[in-house]
Amino acid sequence: MGNLTLNKVCKSFGPVDVIRDVDLEVKDGEFCVFVGPSGCGKSTLLRMIAGLEDITSGDVCIDAAVVNTVPPSKREIAMVFQSYALYPHLNVRDNMGLGLKQAGQPRAEIAEKVDRAAKMLDLEKYLTRRPGELSGGQRQRVAIGRAIVRKPKLFLFDEPLSNLDAALRVQTRIEIANLHRELGATMIYVTHDQVEAMTLADRIVVLRDGRIEQVGAPMELYNNPANEFVAGFIGSPKMNFLNAPALGQPGRSLGIRPEHLTLSRDGGLIEGRVSHVEHLGGETLIYLRADPHGLITVRLFGEHAASVDDRAFVTPDMARAFHFGDDGLRMAA
Amino acid sequence: MSARANILRSSAAHAILIAYTILALYPVFLIVINSMKSRRAIFNDPLALPTRQSFDLVGFQTVLEQGNFLLYFQNSLIVTVASLFFALLFGAMAAFALAEYRFRGNLLMGLYLALGIMIPIRLGTVAILEMMVAANLVNTHWALILVYTANGLPLAVFILSEFMRQVSDDLKNAARIDGLSEYRIFFTIALPLVRPALATVAVFTMIPIWNDLWFPLILAPGESTKTLTLGSQIFLGQYVTNWNAVLAALTLAIFPVVVLYLIFSRQLIRGITRGAVK
Ligand SMILES: Nc1ncnc2c1ncn2[C@@H]1O[C@H](COP(=O)(O)OP(=O)(O)OP(=O)(O)O)[C@@H](O)[C@H]1O
Ligand SMILES: [Mg+2]
Repeated sequence: MGNLTLNKVCKSFGPVDVIRDVDLEVKDGEFCVFVGPSGCGKSTLLRMIAGLEDITSGDVCIDAAVVNTVPPSKREIAMVFQSYALYPHLNVRDNMGLGLKQAGQPRAEIAEKVDRAAKMLDLEKYLTRRPGELSGGQRQRVAIGRAIVRKPKLFLFDEPLSNLDAALRVQTRIEIANLHRELGATMIYVTHDQVEAMTLADRIVVLRDGRIEQVGAPMELYNNPANEFVAGFIGSPKMNFLNAPALGQPGRSLGIRPEHLTLSRDGGLIEGRVSHVEHLGGETLIYLRADPHGLITVRLFGEHAASVDDRAFVTPDMARAFHFGDDGLRMAA
Repeated sequence: MSARANILRSSAAHAILIAYTILALYPVFLIVINSMKSRRAIFNDPLALPTRQSFDLVGFQTVLEQGNFLLYFQNSLIVTVASLFFALLFGAMAAFALAEYRFRGNLLMGLYLALGIMIPIRLGTVAILEMMVAANLVNTHWALILVYTANGLPLAVFILSEFMRQVSDDLKNAARIDGLSEYRIFFTIALPLVRPALATVAVFTMIPIWNDLWFPLILAPGESTKTLTLGSQIFLGQYVTNWNAVLAALTLAIFPVVVLYLIFSRQLIRGITRGAVK
């Protein structure tokens, strides 16, 4: 079992409120991703769940028991850090086994668990090496292994992949997804990478300034954002926000994703000039300057010829547009 | 940049370093060679190496026969090593607490602990003596160890807290999740990672303690607790100075510090290279 409940959780550093009234329920076996801009309190919230940071007010419950004052090692959690945080003086085997040793488990049992985790993560060859003798990807696998051997109720990941290069990131992301399937454990994962959030999550929690903006399945957030912030944060490239009054539309702004715009040379709703073109092979991104809307991103599939300063027209697919009012909230269409 | 210019540049750097080394080591070298010469040879030609005629170990003989040289030696070693140990231990612990825990007055506490760097402890000699008399510690090793520990702490706290702050939070947090106590985190994780800083502080703290004359003279002048520096004073008279003995005593006094220094500087270099390849 590994249910997590946050009940009106707050955190202040002196006069600064970093986490404000966060309510959240994560069910057993769920993969929950926290996203939000830098400094919004993702890591702080994760550390509060881990017990590494005191809670100013509210309750953190794991399996219905309030754990506010339970020390981290007694919460049956495991955490994987961005900086790997391996003990430099211990070899891989001891790094992975230290938690169990501290818990007083018999030596043979620890060895067996470490071996099993090492096999799962393809680390058997490296068990006697020190962390300094491993590559970044191997170190992060050791850190994940250290989490696995504890058989925690709750896995906590704080941007575990952001120190890895692009290829390794994809590979490790898939490994984490497989791990979640195999172990069926509850996982909470902090990232600011769109792709990680969308591909891994059962549910995404979007945070801003220490508050939850919206919680939902990835596609739910993509197709049905509650407000302008979530709409702009989920999806890459970012959603365009057009000047609604200029288009005769209700509300303050009209949100439309780059893939829901059509481009034409001959005519359309909005006229602009091409200011930049990015060819990505499978798709082409065209950036258009159009007053009073600012820069509009258009995402076209396949290759498209366009050069800077060309005149072009774009037309939004109104069925897929979102209307946002003056308060930034979504208006009924 | 051509390879030639590189060679020129590095040989210039080496020339400067070698010149500095010679300059720094020359007085030591003079002490060592003159300690092995007869009294006449010392005065006739102080810069000459000992020859077959001038070679004389009379200085060492005097030192080893007169007074309890071995005992003084032992006293110096006990006082230095113990003071060093306590200053580093408590300094590192205070630094860890200041760097790791958020509490009211943290900054003030840090300033207060570092303030001692600017205040010469000798200003308090009378009060210290009164205190030691009251505590019945005069003429014990503890009198010196306590004073030197107190004197060494401010610098240790000041330097080490900066380094403790650089120890990764994630690493300490990982250890907390693994169930290590704060003491184990301090000893097994934080301390080894600040080893280069520890070595630096150790070197800075050690030399003045080893060379100090003031506090041994005031707090522990008794025969059984005399330190090497104090013990050597018997050879320095108001009218006559036994140069052979003084130089021999100095020569013998150099070696333990050199050994301690070598130990620490090895640690220092090991720490630096380890950080580099991490
Ligand atoms: N020890 C501290 N004292 C004071 N303020 C802090 C402390 N730790 C974090 N904060 C503040 O809390 C806020 C949230 O920090 P946090 O590390 O949780 O952000 P984050 O969402 O994880 O950002 P990032 O994506 O950059 O990792 C930041 O504004 C930060 O300045
Ligand atoms: Mg963070």
